[in-house]
Amino acid sequence: MSIPLIEFKNITKSFGSVNALTNVSFHINEHEIVGLIGDNGAGKSTLIKILAGVHAPSSGEIWLRGRRIEGGWNVAKAHAAGIETVYQDRALAVQHTIASNIFMGREITSPLGLIRVRKQYEEAERLMREIGFTSRVFTPDSVIATLSGGERQGVAIARALYFEAELIVLDEPTTALSLIETQKVYNFMLAAKEKGSSVLFISHNIYHAYDIADRFVIIDRGTVVMQADKSEIASAEQLVQHMKDFARAGHHA
Amino acid sequence: MATKTLTSPVIRQPSRAALRAFVRRNRRALSALAVFIILLVIFTLANPRVFTNPITYRAIFLNLPITLFVVVPLVFVVASGEIDLSFPATVGISSWAFAVALQSGWNSFAAVIPALLIGVLVGLVVGTLVTYVGLSSLVATLGMNFLLRGIINIGTEGIGIQFPQIRQEPLWHMFAGRIEGFPFINNFPVHMLWGLLFVLIGWVLFNRHRFGVHVQLVGDNPDSATEMGINVKWVKIGAFVFVGVGAALAGVLSVLVNQTWWPTTGDGLLLPSLAAVFVGGTPTWGGIGTVVGSSIGVFIIQFIETGIIGAGLTGYFTQFFNGLVIIVSLIGHRFNGPRYR
Ligand SMILES: Nc1ncnc2c1ncn2[C@@H]1O[C@H](COP(=O)(O)OP(=O)(O)OP(=O)(O)O)[C@@H](O)[C@H]1O
Ligand SMILES: [Mg+2]
Repeated sequence: MSIPLIEFKNITKSFGSVNALTNVSFHINEHEIVGLIGDNGAGKSTLIKILAGVHAPSSGEIWLRGRRIEGGWNVAKAHAAGIETVYQDRALAVQHTIASNIFMGREITSPLGLIRVRKQYEEAERLMREIGFTSRVFTPDSVIATLSGGERQGVAIARALYFEAELIVLDEPTTALSLIETQKVYNFMLAAKEKGSSVLFISHNIYHAYDIADRFVIIDRGTVVMQADKSEIASAEQLVQHMKDFARAGHHA
Repeated sequence: MATKTLTSPVIRQPSRAALRAFVRRNRRALSALAVFIILLVIFTLANPRVFTNPITYRAIFLNLPITLFVVVPLVFVVASGEIDLSFPATVGISSWAFAVALQSGWNSFAAVIPALLIGVLVGLVVGTLVTYVGLSSLVATLGMNFLLRGIINIGTEGIGIQFPQIRQEPLWHMFAGRIEGFPFINNFPVHMLWGLLFVLIGWVLFNRHRFGVHVQLVGDNPDSATEMGINVKWVKIGAFVFVGVGAALAGVLSVLVNQTWWPTTGDGLLLPSLAAVFVGGTPTWGGIGTVVGSSIGVFIIQFIETGIIGAGLTGYFTQFFNGLVIIVSLIGHRFNGPRYR
């Protein structure tokens, strides 16, 4: 088997006395879409924030392409490794423009730290055209607060796209979206895979997840309870059944 | 093909669309400017003799730049989602260091250094208390203002330091001198130009530099900024340090202009400076701000006092009109642009 793109080994994360994740091990291969499934509060967002470098794990190891990460893990390192994340909620600065949100934290600057406003505008515009934002009246100078929920999600995804991620992580990217917009997001995920990226996404809609993921990771109360290829699971109904079984088993334990 | 359509609408057609975009982007500063112009017209109509006399403007410009040096950095702190009430005492304590160094025979330029260092130090301490210790900036800086002023009072027992010879210092000529034969206003106070330069630097830093843009993003959405790898704590500390530096410069300037350091130096800046920040269009809720607008706010606040006396009213009216202008300006800003958060 090939070396995974990224691998978690026995990752534990606690916030004070709350154990959000306990001994989580899982991996993402190159060129695959992984669906991360679990109930509310299971620890999905926490896992994704560790992946993105926002939280450092309390213990455990992160391996990138067969190499262990040494000396701390943070957002800059995750970005450098090609991990781009689209967050669950409030991921944008709403009083600011599309362009400054796309480049948030990674502005295009001259050596003195002066922002190359024109360049950012042009790049944002090119990107918006590429992902089909063009039919709208929006320009890169449009303020986020004037966009709909789906359009905002589009900006968040565009941001991940711009930096040519090797792994795109999406935390419930379709919760606020209409059916058509949801389909757009899924098409984008499939397109990203075609281009050679990997995708990890969280969804509460198991039927959707079943349709587009190549592999599933089920997480329950902070532990990974199942990892399975799509070929091992007959239908979305079976996936739902698995989840119910784990939930019940947990209650009796 | 890719970049043909929308790259430079501003340059290609200085049209109505470009003008509208400019107005939309700068509407807070523009509405502050409108308020200022209206005030100026009213004052001039009320007393043409005073407000067509260059001496009036010279008198106002003597003290106005001192406020500019604290207001510009305050815009950064407010945009970052915090507030700083400690700057009056920072002005006092940093200019105390300047005065003491000067008194002990230091070169006047060298004497500025300890003032700046103290400004930076206060900014670091306040910033650390707010970010790493997690104190409310409102309360922490209020406490810091008392604390530092208390140190001054204990150290000086209320005694100031006078510098009757300060006008012979090259530092005075450079930063607080007069420009003879300046257009319209003879003997123009040179520090007005330094103040305007500071506003320009502040504008570039706020709108075109990574630091200022991060300040705004942090104030708008700290979670998102963190997720995108911006160090929220250090960006906020940076804003407080900038206030410290501005306060030190204001303090030094105040000593030069007044030829005296008082234990109360800086005290009078608190309310007019904060009023200027908000009257100028920097909103209280963080995430955005306007350096130019708030600087115009300084002009508004400073002209009110002179205008009221000039209009033949007594000084008793000053506070009333200050309050009136503050509230009317805020109502103006409120209807001028939507509030997004
Ligand atoms: N910053 C934090 N501080 C303290 N506890 C936290 C923090 N973040 C998450 N938790 C706790 O960790 C657990 C897992 O939360 P997490 O957000 O990862 O769940 P989730 O699977 O994403 O849930 P949802 O489907 O509702 O988004 C919860 O019990 C939550 O309260
Ligand atoms: Mg979540």
